[in-house]
Amino acid sequence: MKFTLSWLKEHLDTTASLADVRDRLTMLGLEVEGISNPAETLKGFVVGYVVEAIQHPNADRLRVCKVDTGSGTVQVVCGAPNARTGMKGVFAPTGSYIPGTDMMLKASKIRGEDSNGMLCSSRELQLGDDHSGIIDLPADARTGAPAAEALGLDDPVIEIKVTPNRADCLGVLGIARDLAAAGVGTLRPLKADKIEGTYASPIKWTHGYEAKPDSPCPIVVGRHFRGIKNGPSPDGLQRRLKAIGLRPISALVDITNLVTFDLNRPLHVFDAKKLAGDLVMRQAREGETILALDGKTYTLDPSISVIADSKAVHGIGGVMGGEDTGVREDTTEVFLEAAYFQPIGIAATGRKLGILSDARYRNERGIDPESCVWGAEVATRLILELCGGEASKTVSSGVMPAWQRSYTLHTDRVKTLTAIDVPAKDTAAILKKLGFTVDGGGPWTAGVPSWRPDIVGEADLVEEVTRVWSFDRIPTTSLPRLSPTSKPVRDPMQRRVPQARRALAARGMNEAVTWSFLPLKQAERFGGGGADLRLLNSIASELDTMRPSILPNLIDAASRNEARGLSDPALFEVGPQYKDATPQGQRMVAAGIRHNMAVPRNWAGPARQVDAFDAKADALAVLAAIGAPVENMQAQTGAPDWYHPGRSGAIKLGDRVMAHFGELHPGIAAAADLKEPVAAFEVFLDAPPLPKVRATKARPKLVVSAFQPVERDFAFLVDAGIEAEKIVRAARNADKVLISTARVFDLYAGKGVPEGKKSIAIAVTLQPVERTLTDAEIEAVSAKIVAAVVKATGAQLRG
Amino acid sequence: MDDLSTIRSEALSAVSTATDLAALEAARVAVLGKKGSVTGLMKTLGGLAPDQRKEFGAKVNQLKGEIEQALDARRSTLGASELASRLNSDRVDVSLPARPEGQGTLHPIGQVMDEVAAIFGEMGFTWADGPDIEDDWHNFTALNIPPDHPARQMQDTFYLPSRADGTPMVLRTHTSPVQARTMLNPDVHKMLADGGSLRIIVPGRTYRIDNDATHTPMFHQVEGLVLDRATHMGHLKGCLVDFCRAFFEIDDLPLRFRPSYFPFTEPSAEVDIGCSWKDGELRIGAGDSWLEILGSGMVHPNVIRNCGLDPAVYQGFAFGMGIDRIAMLKYGINDLRAFFDSDLRWLRHYGFSALEWPSLTQGLGR
Repeated sequence: MKFTLSWLKEHLDTTASLADVRDRLTMLGLEVEGISNPAETLKGFVVGYVVEAIQHPNADRLRVCKVDTGSGTVQVVCGAPNARTGMKGVFAPTGSYIPGTDMMLKASKIRGEDSNGMLCSSRELQLGDDHSGIIDLPADARTGAPAAEALGLDDPVIEIKVTPNRADCLGVLGIARDLAAAGVGTLRPLKADKIEGTYASPIKWTHGYEAKPDSPCPIVVGRHFRGIKNGPSPDGLQRRLKAIGLRPISALVDITNLVTFDLNRPLHVFDAKKLAGDLVMRQAREGETILALDGKTYTLDPSISVIADSKAVHGIGGVMGGEDTGVREDTTEVFLEAAYFQPIGIAATGRKLGILSDARYRNERGIDPESCVWGAEVATRLILELCGGEASKTVSSGVMPAWQRSYTLHTDRVKTLTAIDVPAKDTAAILKKLGFTVDGGGPWTAGVPSWRPDIVGEADLVEEVTRVWSFDRIPTTSLPRLSPTSKPVRDPMQRRVPQARRALAARGMNEAVTWSFLPLKQAERFGGGGADLRLLNSIASELDTMRPSILPNLIDAASRNEARGLSDPALFEVGPQYKDATPQGQRMVAAGIRHNMAVPRNWAGPARQVDAFDAKADALAVLAAIGAPVENMQAQTGAPDWYHPGRSGAIKLGDRVMAHFGELHPGIAAAADLKEPVAAFEVFLDAPPLPKVRATKARPKLVVSAFQPVERDFAFLVDAGIEAEKIVRAARNADKVLISTARVFDLYAGKGVPEGKKSIAIAVTLQPVERTLTDAEIEAVSAKIVAAVVKATGAQLRG
Repeated sequence: MDDLSTIRSEALSAVSTATDLAALEAARVAVLGKKGSVTGLMKTLGGLAPDQRKEFGAKVNQLKGEIEQALDARRSTLGASELASRLNSDRVDVSLPARPEGQGTLHPIGQVMDEVAAIFGEMGFTWADGPDIEDDWHNFTALNIPPDHPARQMQDTFYLPSRADGTPMVLRTHTSPVQARTMLNPDVHKMLADGGSLRIIVPGRTYRIDNDATHTPMFHQVEGLVLDRATHMGHLKGCLVDFCRAFFEIDDLPLRFRPSYFPFTEPSAEVDIGCSWKDGELRIGAGDSWLEILGSGMVHPNVIRNCGLDPAVYQGFAFGMGIDRIAMLKYGINDLRAFFDSDLRWLRHYGFSALEWPSLTQGLGR
């Protein structure tokens, strides 16, 4: 919303400075977004008096002028046909920047005559299109005065952001009222006296439905004018409209724009001679069309309110008038419309038809319903003043919506809610200045003015009082502590997210954050794509389905990085994935991929490609970092089909899957233009059970044996399909007292090992508890280990 | 006797002329080994008469001791010189790089969420979560956004197919539905009835249909909510002043609270922080400009009522701010879109080390 300072002062009697007005507006909730003053581009330009203009001795079309600039007289060569002795114009001294020609003015000689400065045309100052001559200022302009002042342009333009609740401030009057309430001057009374009509309107208003307070258009007021003369509006009005970016068109159109922006009262005028019979407020019929003022034809339907005569639709109610009945220069009879529409209907119509108009903008936010009556009177006064003629008696149809309501403001409510102590008399005064009726001395009963549809309860009254009193007066009070020291901000389950993130970053991976959505095709490949997870209004087909897995996004990211020459990406993300649209269908997952080289070429050792065991290590690191009982978990084959079937697995706790890991399916890597191998993992952060809450954080006592541990190696020949974990588990469980660890240290298949078999070597550590083991005891345990492994796996001990 | 002196002089000569430890060992074996000369003498002792054995034995033992001493001395000398010569020649090029290791990083979004959590944690807030896929009641209606409100229109909100019961489903447009989810919780009702204070933050993903240079269809917010019987707008101010100063690590950061409008708060305030612009560069904390940073207000009575609580009894404040935005402001990141592009150069440049776990007592930002 834009307005000029002089415009504001028509409603507000104030001596406040521009800075005061600016600061108060922002602190009233009418945030100032910018202030510009056209005078600034005219800085240095002054009123010049042409003391003498004589014919240039060497050029027919040029004149040599002596110009009094108020600070001396200079010679200027001027080509304008209207340059003459005794005129006053806009003088630009040497060194000025001329906006219309984008040039710096230099002293020069023109056909032998000195020229020091310039007398400017409108176009040269970018004030208009006129370049037929130089600007001819009124004779009473003071020589040497700033040109902006003489041109009436020294008027700052203020732009404010109006929040959706404050429709009343989409008119300058509403803005002035707020400032007056805040003590920045006094609100001047609005000139809206009733003007008696001199004849009966030949056009009547009717409703196409029974008009009720909640009808699409509850009330409409109108008036007929005859004998009027439409033409350009006066300079002052044109300047005002131009200042806020509107193009002056004709007196009648300019009046409707002025009333719209001045009073937040959208109006429409029809060329009465083009109307057939009475006007009706009704719903459009299916398929009816209208050529609107924006030059476009709209097809309407019964959800849309229209204004029609006996033959055709001439306006989209509250949104835009029709082209065929619009006023022109030669219009002599008009019919004025001032209506109130339900904001919801206007918003729906505007959206449906895609029309953004000043009328829609205001009507959908809720204008003052009473303005149908007083707005028509203001418009009448302006039409008669600017266009002459006479006005008929007013005609109307419908009923005034019931806007009257009041709320109680409890005496201490402002204080309990905002901690400021506004004196009772100030509370009442603020509300009264904002237009409320106020009864009582606290508690107060506040009657809401017709132009404030946003006030719907006591909290709104508190806000009115507080913002006018100023938010700056609210004390700054730190929150009282709830406990002497701080408590954890996350619960143990939530804490798993940063734990997982930090564990993976510590392992050399880079954290990414990617969209929660992806293309349907990818979703389907990764086990998702259910109908309940497809966006109805996605912005692009690449982003149309909620992701069933984080991996596709990381794969894409890896591919993008490789394409940029950033090799061997190791990326992870900890975020949601979606199984269905319920809250339970959303799981927190730590997923990651490593592409190509695990160890790059280097001088100190061999390079190494990633494989399933890099992914397994990552997954286990996450599980360990979140405090899951990794030692009780088992890795088995069985990962989803986006992994390589033979080079992937699941980490399980009992039957529950904690994580998937492995190398990506070659088809998926190829589809993403990634060379194999790609190692990937997905850890389900909610899967490991939370540890039992213990009464104390004390750990079990550490028992350290005083006796040397003994390590024994065993090599077994087993079927190639036997999992190493099975051998290790059998060995470890062979003697639960003596055996402390068992681990695989060698795997071999090939020469010397029969086809279909493999050799697995394990190292078992025996930890004596009571005394050093004898050779016989060691032999006995070794025999138990071999027997257990043979029994569990059918292995043979290698000699 | 000649034997003894010959053996002695030969052995000591062999020891003293050994030039390395291997030669010295050979000398030792030649004298004290199984077939060594002194060992041979020891073996002859058994065949001597007792008085001879005693005398000769003593001499042999003395000789053996003398030779062992010489061996030890020579071994020590040779050892020291061998170590010196090894240290002299054993050199690596220390300018060679260390073995390669990946340099992991954390994304600024998660890091800033951790910073935010650290600060509000100090103020007694706890972290609350809610689903990204919301029903329109929690996302809109409960928050006093009526069905005809422009914010519900398709151009702002991602919609998913309605539930079987007809409930429209959306991607949450803000983290505010978690306010409602929390205030509806019977445990929270009980806590409040017992005189407790509800303080939650809700960091998380949010979604709006926007895709241009400064908007992404997914972004991150942190919501805050305080509700009890006594929390007033002065606390709102205090809490957010404390937060902003801690977050930006500027003790005297100026803040401005100005009236605004949100459907779910009344009164509502937008919060600006002081800043300056110099040559297109933003500097936070000084100067005469203001930068909008978050929206806030006293929880609207209708929201409290919609959650089954009495607004005449309970009151409090709520706020919401963009995680991505405050991350950009604090760490001087210009391009929002780059947050979600996963470009390794960006991740490494703007990322954080795994060990930088933000804390007010250990240090917040890098």
